[in-house]
Amino acid sequence: MALDEATVRKIAKLARIKVPENEVPTLAEELSKIIEWIEQLNEVDTENVTPMTSMAEMVMPKRADKVTDGNYPDRVLSNAPNPEGPFYTVPKVIE
Amino acid sequence: MSELTELTIAEARDGLVNRKFSSVELTDVHIRAVEAARDLNAFVTETLDLAIERAKASDDRRAKGKPAGGMDGIPIAVKDLFCTEGVLTTASSHILDGFIPPYESTVSQNLRDAGSVMLGKTNMDEFAMGSANVTSFYGAVKNPWYVNDGKDRVPGGSSGGSAAAVAANISLGAAGSDTGGSIRQPASFCGVVGMKPTYGRCSRWGMVAFASSLDQAGPLTRTVRDAAIMLQAMAGHDSKDSTSSTEPVPNFEASITGEIKGLKIGIPSEYRIDGMSSEIEGLWSQGVEMLKDAGAEPLEVSLPHTKYALPTYYIVAPAEASSNLARYDGVRYGLRVDAETLDEMYETTRGEGFGQEVRRRIMMGAYVLSAGYYDAYYVKAQKLRTLILKDFSDAFKKVDAILTPTTPFAAFAIGEKMDDPVQMYINDVFTVPSSLAGLPAITVPAGLSNEGLPLGLHLITKPFGEETLFCVADVLENLVSFHTKPAYLSKDAR
Repeated sequence: MALDEATVRKIAKLARIKVPENEVPTLAEELSKIIEWIEQLNEVDTENVTPMTSMAEMVMPKRADKVTDGNYPDRVLSNAPNPEGPFYTVPKVIE
Repeated sequence: MSELTELTIAEARDGLVNRKFSSVELTDVHIRAVEAARDLNAFVTETLDLAIERAKASDDRRAKGKPAGGMDGIPIAVKDLFCTEGVLTTASSHILDGFIPPYESTVSQNLRDAGSVMLGKTNMDEFAMGSANVTSFYGAVKNPWYVNDGKDRVPGGSSGGSAAAVAANISLGAAGSDTGGSIRQPASFCGVVGMKPTYGRCSRWGMVAFASSLDQAGPLTRTVRDAAIMLQAMAGHDSKDSTSSTEPVPNFEASITGEIKGLKIGIPSEYRIDGMSSEIEGLWSQGVEMLKDAGAEPLEVSLPHTKYALPTYYIVAPAEASSNLARYDGVRYGLRVDAETLDEMYETTRGEGFGQEVRRRIMMGAYVLSAGYYDAYYVKAQKLRTLILKDFSDAFKKVDAILTPTTPFAAFAIGEKMDDPVQMYINDVFTVPSSLAGLPAITVPAGLSNEGLPLGLHLITKPFGEETLFCVADVLENLVSFHTKPAYLSKDAR
């Protein structure tokens, strides 16, 4: 199935990536090619095949539900763009 | 440049133990090698002061008779996707501008604990997405191998800086990561050894994530023995990674016995792909003959779903990447491009922060995971993965290891294979199936192309069978006796 330009705009929105309008046609073409190429998987009958969920047969390890880390807001915020006090900042979201 | 930069890790270790030289001396010549080879663009960040500091600490430990571990005092390079405490970590992406991790990844911590000395953080394809190291925000890396046609070759990718650094005698070894071939393909292009262990052998904690069900750290070195030494330092269970294996880590170096008599080596007919060049076929048959002469028994095996591995990979990897890379939002670290609203800030930050290939893969991933398509693509791909794993499990009932070429061709010129993404993806045709199945694999330099560029042979084995790999790869390495050096090393300036 070929991807049209409207779909490219939609998935760009879903992925929260700003795509300049003049790049949309090229992306539609490139992604369509890739989709076409991966659709060769349809020739394989996978009716009774279980999807792989894990590499090795292992049970997900669990630990006690205890706080084991934290209490260093300065380190956590050390890479934040424009932090204010012990907070991250974002553009205003409430009118 | 100096005899010390030509040593293997094993030789350097002996030299340090026997006090022939100090870690400071060894590190100092490597620092000069880093400085002299800046034109290769192998590093994003050099940590030369830190290296001297760690080398001094290593010499102090040794003077007190308390060396740290198996790599004490050995200078190495670390791919720029391992978070390193206090040292810029970028994954070669603009979106991680200025990111200085306040913590150390488990693998780089393990390497530190073993006493190794980090020279710097190596260049790579952005977020490990690429096979030529041309998608880096910090520019392409040059392969130290070239021929006299005036064209710079790519080092392969994504661990291109790591492979180039090891090949050009800048570092004795380098830590890399492999998602679909990102250690093995560049190792093959640069004429060095590259090893991807079993999924779960090395902790993924603190590694910048690309595709979590595939990502696995491993070493790039100049010999098989060095790979065993370095993997020993990197591997081990880590409770901070829920997929980290609790399987005991054996002594990898001890598995190098030189003895492969009676081992069965599988030759998968499906890897004889359409249009395979005669030089790759020749190299492969030569490898089979050599192992046979050493007493192993070659056997044809069938891996019927091989041709579906690449398209399967290009569903699974982008899907997981789109999810993993959602964290880069301009709020908590890295680049922020200001905008009026929160959504616009996300979109402009991500639009400017990610390069073309990364944007394409995230969008591909968002598409295959989007409502209505999940079953048709992602679930389908995970079913194919079950079939690919079963192919290997069936083969390993009959054989101990599988021998294939590492890449379908030698290193190409920078700028080639850029027009069509699918053409670039073909680079990993021989390495992707074992990645999808989580199997350990190693590449060993095995010869030169007609043009005079290195080519590798690739061995795959069953889960946690690294010992078999090191043993067979060492025998192959001795028989091949590949001693050609990259053209860069015979440059007059050096």
